[in-house]
Amino acid sequence: MIKELVGKNLRQYGIMLALVAIVIIFAFATKGRLIIPNNLWALVQQNAYVLILALGMLMVIIAGHIDLSVGSVVAFIGAVVGYMMYTWHVNWILAVAAGLVIGLLVGAWHGFWVAYVKVPAFVVTLAGMLLFRGLAQVVAAKTMAGFPAGFNAIAGGSLPNIFGHIPNPLAGLFAAGSPFGQPLDGLTLAIGIIGIVGLILQSWRARRSQISHGLPVGPLSLLVVRWALLSVAILVVTYLLSMNLIGGTPIVLIIVGVLILIYAFVTSRTVFGRHVYAVGGNRNGALLSGVNTARVDFGIFVNMGFLTAVAAVVTTSRAGAAVAAAGQNFELDAIASCFIGGAAVTGGVGKVAGAVVGALIMGVLNMGLSILNVDSNWQMAIKGLVLLFAVSLDLVSKRRNAVA
Amino acid sequence: MVASGSPDATTFQNYCYFNTSLSESTIEAGHMDNDYILEMRGITKEFPGVRALHDVTLRVRRGEIHAICGENGAGKSTLMKVLSGVHPSGSYTGDIVYEGNICNFKTIRDSERVGIVIIHQELALSPFLSISENIFLGNERSRLGVVDWLDTTRQAKELLEKVGLHEDPATRIADIGVGKQQLVEIAKALSKEVKLLILDEPTAALNDDDSDNLLNLIRQLRAEGITCIMISHKLSELERIADTNTIIRDGETIESLDMHGDTDHSQEHIIRAMVGRPLDNRFPVHTSTVGEEILRIEDWTVYHPIDTERKVVDGASLNIRRGEIVGLAGLMGAGRTELAMSLFGRTYGTKISGRVFKNGEEIQTRTVEETMHHGIAYATEDRKKYGLNLIQTVKENVTSAGLNKLAKMGVIEIEAETGVAEEYRKELNIKTPSIEVPASKLSGGNQQKVVLAKWMYTDPDVLILDEPTRGIDVGAKYEIYTIIDQLADSGRGVLMISSELPELLGVCDRIYTLSEGHITGCLNRDEATQESLMTLMTLDKDDLQ
Repeated sequence: MIKELVGKNLRQYGIMLALVAIVIIFAFATKGRLIIPNNLWALVQQNAYVLILALGMLMVIIAGHIDLSVGSVVAFIGAVVGYMMYTWHVNWILAVAAGLVIGLLVGAWHGFWVAYVKVPAFVVTLAGMLLFRGLAQVVAAKTMAGFPAGFNAIAGGSLPNIFGHIPNPLAGLFAAGSPFGQPLDGLTLAIGIIGIVGLILQSWRARRSQISHGLPVGPLSLLVVRWALLSVAILVVTYLLSMNLIGGTPIVLIIVGVLILIYAFVTSRTVFGRHVYAVGGNRNGALLSGVNTARVDFGIFVNMGFLTAVAAVVTTSRAGAAVAAAGQNFELDAIASCFIGGAAVTGGVGKVAGAVVGALIMGVLNMGLSILNVDSNWQMAIKGLVLLFAVSLDLVSKRRNAVA
Repeated sequence: MVASGSPDATTFQNYCYFNTSLSESTIEAGHMDNDYILEMRGITKEFPGVRALHDVTLRVRRGEIHAICGENGAGKSTLMKVLSGVHPSGSYTGDIVYEGNICNFKTIRDSERVGIVIIHQELALSPFLSISENIFLGNERSRLGVVDWLDTTRQAKELLEKVGLHEDPATRIADIGVGKQQLVEIAKALSKEVKLLILDEPTAALNDDDSDNLLNLIRQLRAEGITCIMISHKLSELERIADTNTIIRDGETIESLDMHGDTDHSQEHIIRAMVGRPLDNRFPVHTSTVGEEILRIEDWTVYHPIDTERKVVDGASLNIRRGEIVGLAGLMGAGRTELAMSLFGRTYGTKISGRVFKNGEEIQTRTVEETMHHGIAYATEDRKKYGLNLIQTVKENVTSAGLNKLAKMGVIEIEAETGVAEEYRKELNIKTPSIEVPASKLSGGNQQKVVLAKWMYTDPDVLILDEPTRGIDVGAKYEIYTIIDQLADSGRGVLMISSELPELLGVCDRIYTLSEGHITGCLNRDEATQESLMTLMTLDKDDLQ
C-alpha cells in the first residue's frame, strides 16, 4: 500500500525531485554561488522567456503539433517594437501593445495554414522560422538600443519597495557583508506568504470538493507533507529574492507567475483547454464528439503567437536592444522544457506544472554551467543529453507501468 | 509427396515435415480423383475471452475454386489468418496439412514460400510506388542488394500480361483504379509462384465490369492449375464460380457443398446454413410505444472518398419514429457505417446528396456540431478509435460531447462535471474504480457504457448506435439492451446498426436491410426472421430492378 503510494507519487513528482537534485548538485559544485540572491535573480530574468514560451508550446504539443518558429518570431517582434520606439519614438506602452497585436497576427497566420489548409505544423512553422528571421533582419538591419527606462524595467526592474526593509533575522549566521545576510524586502516577503497561503487554501478546497462528491482522496498526511515541502521551497526562494541587492521581486517574475496561473487554469478548467487535450488524444474521436478541431488548432497557434510576443518584449527589454539575431534556439528550449516536463510526443498528455519544472531544469542547467565556466558548446551538448535521457526515462517507466 | 523438382523443396521442409502417420482418409482420398491440396483439421483458435474457431475442418481439392461464406464475425478471416501464418503455429490447435505435409507456419513469409498467398480485402499495395515495384515488394529482383530494374520491368510486364492488365509497369498504384489494383495483387501473388491463392472479398469494392473481369481471371488461373479459396458474401457470384462452398457459422464448419452436385446448394439453402443461430432469451422484454416520425432520410447517396466514382450508399431512404428502435442490417461493405457517418456531419464520403427531415422539417447536417444541434447523436462502431479518448479519464469522456452545458463563459464547472459523471456511473452501472481513471482501464462493456453516457448527456432526440455490443460479454450486452429500451421509452428514436441478426430481432421494432449501398427491404419485428433478413442482405443490385 505504502509502496504503491510512494511509487505512484514518485512518478508524478519524479521530475520535481530531479529539479531539486540538480539545484543541490549545482549549489555544491558552484560552492553556493548558484543560489546567492543576485544569481537567483538573474536566473529568473534569464529564463523568463523559456517559461513564457513553454506555456504556449505545451498546448501546441498537447494538440499534437510543434512550433519551430518562435525564436524567429521573437526576433521579428522585438525588432518591430524596437523600431517603433527607436525610429518613430512611439510611447513604449503603445509599442508593446502593438507588439502583442503583431504576435496575435503571426499566430493567426500560422494557425490559418495549419487549421484550415491542413499543412502540417512542422512545415508551416519551419517556413515561419525562415520567413520571420528574414523579416527580423530587414527591420533590424542595424542594432537599435537606448529604449525608455519604463521599457527596460519590464525585464530589469523590481517591484517598488513599498513596505520597506526589515532586518534579516538570520543575519547573525553569516559574516558581515555576506550576500546571505542582507535585510529583507517587505513586499517580496508578503508576496511569498500570500503565495503559500493561496496554494494551501486552493488544494484544501479541491480536496474538500472531492470528498463531498465521494471521490477517493489520498491520505491527509501526504497532503500535509506536500504543503510543507512546497512552503519550504517558496520560503527559500522568497528569502533569497527579498535580500537581493538590486531590489525585491523582479517584475518579470510577476509576469511569469501570473501567466503560469492563467495557463494552469486554461488547461484544466476551460472548455478550450479540455478540447486541446481531446484533439491531441484522439483527433477523430474529438471531431465525432462535435469538437471543432480546426478552430481549436487555430486558437492554439494564435495563443502561441501572443505568448511569443510577450517573450519578445521580455527578451528585448532585458537586452536593452533590438537585434536581428535575438531568440536563437528559443524554440528548442521551449520544446525541450515541455518534453522534459512529461508532455507526450504523440500528443494528448502534458501539464503546465510539468512544463514549468522542465523550463526550470533547463534554466538551472544554463546558469549552473555558466557559473562553472563550462564552454557554451559543451553546455549545448549537455542539455541535449539531458533532454534525451529525461524523455527516454519517462517512456521506459511508462512502458514498464503498462506491462505491470 | 513433396515435389522434388520444386525449387522450394528445401525451404518447404523447414516449415512442413512429412507426416508418416498421415491419416488414412487423406491417403484414401489421394487414390480417388479427389486430390486435396489442403486439409485444415480440427482448427481451434481462441482469443482472450472469445473462441473464434472451434474444431473447424476445411478440405480443398487441387485446382478448384473453393468458396467460404458466413456472416460477419463467423470466423472466415480468422481461419485464413491461421492458414497463412498471420496467427502463427502454436497460437491455435489442430493441423494444417498442405501438399500432404503438416505445416507449422510462423509468419506469412513461411506460407508464401510454399505457395500459399493471401490477398486481403484492404489491398496492401504501396500507393506511391509503381506497379512493378509493388509486384516485387519484399521480393526484389536484385543482385547483392542492388535492384535489377531491367529484369524487374521485364518480369512485371510478363505478369501483367498474364493477368490481363494493360498498364505501363512504371505507373503509380495511386493512379489506377481499385479493379486494376486487385489485378496487381494477383500478379504479385503469381510472382511468388502461388499454388493456393486466397482472396478475401475480392469483388467487394469493384464495379460490375471489374468484378466480371476478375472472376474470369480466377477461372483462367484454375485452368492453369492454381487452387483458389475465395471468401465472399455475394451468393449469386459464388453460384457462378465456385466448385465447392464451405459455410462457417460462429467459428464452426456447418457444411461443405458441392456446387455441381445433386445436393441442395440453392441460395436459400446457403442462407439457412449461414444464419441458423439459436434465438434465445438474451433480451429484455420490451414493448415500444411508437409515436410520430422523428427523422426521415430521403434518397441518400454517398460516394467513396478516394474512389470517387463508386457509390457506397445509393439512394437510401429510411425513417425513425419516436419511441421506436429501428435496426439496420447489412453485411460487411454494405454501407451501414458509411450511411451513418455521412449523415452525421459528413464525416464520411464525398458528393453526398439526399434530404434529411427532423420532425417533418428539412434540416442540414453539414458538420458534426450542426447535426448534434438538431438532436442527433452517433455512437461509433470503433469505440477505441473514434468513440473514446483512451488517455482521458472516464469523467472527461462522459462530458466530452456535452461540455458546453457544463460551462459558463468557457469555464468548466468542475464540481458539476463530477456530479454528472457520477450520476451516469450509477445510472448505467459503469464498473470503474473511480471516474478519474483513464478510459483505457475499463473493460469493453464498460467503455461502451461510457460512450452511451457521453451521448445521453447531450440529450439527443435520435441516437444512431453502430454495433453497440461488439466485442462485449453477454452480461454487459443485456445491460446495453436495457439502456436502449429505456432510451426508446423516453420518446427518443434509436437506429441500431448490428451484424448480429438475433440481436436485431431481439431488440428492434423494425429492421431495414442494406445491400451494396441499397436499402433492400424493411421488415417488422413479427415478420422478420434471420433467413428473410439474410435473403434481403445478400440481394444483388441486379435483383432489385
